[in-house]
Amino acid sequence: MPVKQLADTRVWQRRTNRKQFAVWFGWLIGVAIFSYCWQLISDKTIWEFVSDAPEQAADMASRMVPPKWSYMDTLWAPIWDTISIATLGTVIAIIIAVPVAFLAARNTTPSAKFVRPVALFIIVSSRSINSLIWALMLVTLIGPGVLAGVVAIGLRSIGFCAKLLYEAIEEIDTNQEEAVIATGASRGQQLIYGIVPQIMPAFAGISVFRWDINIRESTVLGLVGAGGIGLQLDASISTLTWTQVSVILLVILATVIVSEWVSAKIRHSII
Amino acid sequence: MEVNWGRVAEGTLRSKRFIMAFFPPDFTSRWDSIVDGILESIWMAVTSTVVGIILSIPVGLGAARNLAYKPVYYACRGILAISRTFPEIILAIFFVKLFGFGPFAGFLALSVGTIGFYGKLLAEDIEAMDPVQAEAVKAVGAGWLQWLNYSIQPQVMPRMIGLGIYRLDINFRESSVVGIVGGGGIGATLLTSFDRYEFDSAAAILLIIISIVMVLEYSSGYIRRWVQ
Repeated sequence: MPVKQLADTRVWQRRTNRKQFAVWFGWLIGVAIFSYCWQLISDKTIWEFVSDAPEQAADMASRMVPPKWSYMDTLWAPIWDTISIATLGTVIAIIIAVPVAFLAARNTTPSAKFVRPVALFIIVSSRSINSLIWALMLVTLIGPGVLAGVVAIGLRSIGFCAKLLYEAIEEIDTNQEEAVIATGASRGQQLIYGIVPQIMPAFAGISVFRWDINIRESTVLGLVGAGGIGLQLDASISTLTWTQVSVILLVILATVIVSEWVSAKIRHSII
Repeated sequence: MEVNWGRVAEGTLRSKRFIMAFFPPDFTSRWDSIVDGILESIWMAVTSTVVGIILSIPVGLGAARNLAYKPVYYACRGILAISRTFPEIILAIFFVKLFGFGPFAGFLALSVGTIGFYGKLLAEDIEAMDPVQAEAVKAVGAGWLQWLNYSIQPQVMPRMIGLGIYRLDINFRESSVVGIVGGGGIGATLLTSFDRYEFDSAAAILLIIISIVMVLEYSSGYIRRWVQ
């Protein structure tokens, strides 16, 4: 335990001097990086616009109330679209993610040198491109509409599901797998009876979790023309009908809360 | 679901040309604006992660059931729920309206997103900590701040550092889309190149984003192992 001699009393210290210095140095570097970045951002900011933000906010708030509830009637179809985009997208993603995960997991991949990097690349590229950007590309490919949204959500979710799933596969208990092998099971049987039962709970949890995230993401896909409630949001913002915007925001809030509640219930009952 | 299959068929023919337009990625002709955009994205990611985490610490402490009084607990949980509900892009739309175009709006949107994410995980981590250590520190007569610093902070720190880096990674990825609604960063450059049908530049941008995210991912794994 590091102790400092002060006059005649020994004082307890949390770290040795050298460690303390290292910690301070780390903080110094962190603060320096932060202030540098902040400086660059503030150079690019027009502070006059920032300073009148409270007025703008008050102005916008006054335009947003009262919410135009009659607009709800036209929102039911887009809400349904949003939910089906999220659900179908999740289903597509899971169907593709399962084989990718098995190819990426170190203990099930057929070849660690060739197949695994490819699978990992699929995972990373699908994760690093945001669903909005996928949607942007797909809208030019297959036209604006729900299908572009479904495919975008699907492509985006593959990486997430496959990553969590392959980590689950790598963490399985090998005893069970070996027991199955010892009974003379083939490779396929070994997967089905040795590994699949162990990752089933994780698998179900991941899919529900991703579905919940997808609901949230699919609410904004409409901004680039890929269907769902985002289309209405975009239209209302560009026509400056703020009373409709507030209704849409409340609807999104409600949808997200409900989906979160549903997914929490399902996950609790699984785990 | 209504699918215009005629349009899809037409699109698949077109998609071949479209995909070919992505190759080879063109790094050179828009290189200056790409570098600008990427740097702006990185600044936004760094500052918003730092500010978001600093702001989320009090909220996270307040939202932990074993630390806070009931009214504080509900207030902080409310803050977390609200900041988590709206996707960053919707926040960005409003911040662009309020604060004008540019990276500042994107920075704010990402910070709010970070508060929701980090505060919630911090609160859950504190709730799951070992109460014995906290009681021991309290028993030697520590003040409230000392108690936080010596009993709670060491228990949650390793996981929190990992999550901070993970959030930096998320913020970088998100910063590529807040630009679409005018929030600065690489997203603006990307949208411009799509609008001008310069798909080869767009492909270059996407490749750069992917490679930076890959680097972040590997380094986050490395740092997390080093911390623990």
